[in-house]
Amino acid sequence: MFGYLVGRLMQAAVVVFVMSVIVFVGVYAIGNPIDVMIDPGASQEIRENLIRQYGFDQPLWLQYFTFVGNVFQGDLGRSMVYNIPVTSLVFSRLPATLELVLVSVGIATVIGVPAGMYAGYRPNGIAAKLIMALSVLGFSVPTFWIGMLLIMGFAVNLGWLPSGGRGEVGQFLWFKTSLATTDGWAHVIMPAVNLSLFKMGLMIRLTRAGMVEAMGTDYVRFARAQGLPDRQIVFGHIMRNISIPLVTVFGLELGSTLAFAVVTETVFNWPGVGKLIIDSILQLDRPVMVSYLVMVVLLFVMINLVVDLIYAQLDPRVRLKGGS
Amino acid sequence: MTAALDVKGLTTRFETRAGHVTAVNDVSFAVQPGRIMGLVGESGSGKSVTGFSILGLIDAPGEVSAGAVLIDGIDLRQLSDEDLRKMRGRKVAMVFQDPMMTLNPVLRVGDQMAMAVRVHRPMSKPDALDHARKALEVVGIPSPAERLKAYPHQLSGGMRQRVAIAMALLHSPSVIIADEATTALDVSIQGQILAEVRELADTTGAAIVWITHDLAVVSSLADDICVMYAGRIVERGTAEQVIGGPRHPYTQGLLDSIPALHEPGRKLPQIPGSTPQLSRLPEGCPFRPRCPRATDLCRTEPPLDVRDEQAVLCHHPLERA
Repeated sequence: MFGYLVGRLMQAAVVVFVMSVIVFVGVYAIGNPIDVMIDPGASQEIRENLIRQYGFDQPLWLQYFTFVGNVFQGDLGRSMVYNIPVTSLVFSRLPATLELVLVSVGIATVIGVPAGMYAGYRPNGIAAKLIMALSVLGFSVPTFWIGMLLIMGFAVNLGWLPSGGRGEVGQFLWFKTSLATTDGWAHVIMPAVNLSLFKMGLMIRLTRAGMVEAMGTDYVRFARAQGLPDRQIVFGHIMRNISIPLVTVFGLELGSTLAFAVVTETVFNWPGVGKLIIDSILQLDRPVMVSYLVMVVLLFVMINLVVDLIYAQLDPRVRLKGGS
Repeated sequence: MTAALDVKGLTTRFETRAGHVTAVNDVSFAVQPGRIMGLVGESGSGKSVTGFSILGLIDAPGEVSAGAVLIDGIDLRQLSDEDLRKMRGRKVAMVFQDPMMTLNPVLRVGDQMAMAVRVHRPMSKPDALDHARKALEVVGIPSPAERLKAYPHQLSGGMRQRVAIAMALLHSPSVIIADEATTALDVSIQGQILAEVRELADTTGAAIVWITHDLAVVSSLADDICVMYAGRIVERGTAEQVIGGPRHPYTQGLLDSIPALHEPGRKLPQIPGSTPQLSRLPEGCPFRPRCPRATDLCRTEPPLDVRDEQAVLCHHPLERA
C-alpha cells in the first residue's frame, strides 16, 4: 500500500514534468504576449524594457528553468494582465468552479444512476426506452445551445432565474460559497443543470449497460434461486458490482469538468477557472496558462489516485501494487 | 408416500424468430425424499431448462406453458410470483455448474449467506452468520468461521462449490436441483463432493435432482435415472435398470460411448450424427435419423412402453435378455 502510494507520486511527478515542458513550449509558440499587452504606439525603449523585465529576451530553455526554479520556491509567477500572483488568482476563482461542478455532478449522479438502473432492470419497457432516448439527447445536443435555450426560457421569458453571474456568496465553514445563500442557489442551478446533461447521459448509459450485464450473470440467477426478492438482488448484489465502472467515469468526469467547464462558464458568465483560462488564452497571459494547466494535471493525478483507492475498497480482487 | 418432487407434463416453450421452440416437452418424473434422480442428456437436450422450469425461473421469451410441479404436494405453478419466490431457497434450492460464477465476487461469503438466510427467516445478522457457519460445517469446509470472512476469489473451485451447496442447504429444502454441479471440478474433488451429496440425501431426506451429461457420474450416484433427448424424457427407471439393461437405443448408444467400459486400443462406438435443432425436429421420434433400429413406423409419435417401472418412449425398445 505504501509502495503503491510512493509509486503513484513518482508517476505524478513525471507526468507534471512532461506536461510542463509541453505547455511551456506550446504557449511560447502561440505568440508574443508583449504584442498584445503593449500599446502599438509605445516607444522601442519601453518595449525592450518590458521584454527584459519578463525575461523574454532569454533563450527558451533558460526561461523554462527560471520558471521551474521559481515554482520550487512556491512562486508560480504573476499574471501579466491582472498583475497579481497566479496562485491567488486561480484560488480566487476555484470556489466558483468547484461549487458549479459539485452541484452538476451531483445532479447527474442522483438522477442518472437510478434512471440507468431502472432502464437496465426493465430494458424493454416504455420508460426504459424513453430514458435511453433522453440520454442520447443529453450528450449529443451541444452544451452552449442548451445553455442559451435555458436562459431564453427561464431567465428571459419566465423571469424565474437570473441569466448569469454568481450571485450572493455566504460564509460556509472557512470559505465563501454561493451554496450558502438562496440567491446563490438561484444563480448556480441553471448552469449546473446545463453542465450536468452530458454527464447524466453518460451515467445513464453506463449504469444501464452494467445493469443489463449483471442481470444475466450466474450470481444473480443463483440469488434468485435462493428466493431473494428483486429489490434485494439489485441493491444487495448488483449495485456494488456496477459501481466499479461508475466510480472510474465519475472521477474522470469530475476532473474534466473542473478543468474545462469553459463553455458553460462562458455562456452563463460564471466567474470560474474555465472562464479564467479562456480569457488568459485570448490575452496570451502566459504564467496563468502554464500554471493553470500544471495544476489541472495535478488535479487529475489526485482524482485518479482517489479513484484507485475506492476501487480497491469496492472490488476485493483489486490489489494495489507499487509503481504499476 | 408422497413424492418430494412430482413433475407432471412439464412443457416449456421459447418464442424465437424461427417460431415456437419446445425446449421441455411433456416431461414427467417423481423423486421420493432421500432419493437422488439423475437427469442425463447431451447439451441442448433441455435438462437445464427443466431445472429452471421447476423453480419458475424461466425468463422471457421463454415460458412454462403446461404441466404441474408439485413439491410436498404444493403445485408451484398455481402460486403467485411472491409465494413462488418464498418457496425458492426454502423448499426447493438449486446449485449451478460454474462455482466461479455463482457467488458474487465483491461480497464476502458470509454476507451472501446471511442474506440468503434472512430472506426466509428473520433473525439478527450474527445469528444468520452462525447458521451459515453450521451449514459450511455440514459440507465439510475446514475452519468455516474464517471462510465466512473470505471473498469468493480466495477460495478454490471445490471450496466454492461446497459453499454453493451449503447455501442450498441453509433452509433444509425438500428438493435440491444440482445443474452440472461437479462438471467444472477436478475428478478427485468431484468424487469427494459426490460422496457428500449421497450422504446429504441419506441424512437430510432431501430429494435431489442431479442434472449432468456424464452418465458415468450418475451411474455411481443416482437411485433413479431419466434420460433426456430433444426436450423429452426417452427412458426412465432405476439406476440398475437403465445402466444394466437400457431399453432405448439412445441410452444404449450413450452407454456404449463411455470409454471406461471398453477394452483399451479398440475404436470407441459413437452415436452417428448430432443432436437435432429444437426448431427443426424430425417428425415422429426425434432420435430416428440417428437410430440403428429406426423403421418407417418411427415417423409416427413413439408410444410409452412401461415394463417393471422402467418406461421407454420408443417403437422398437431393446428387449432385455
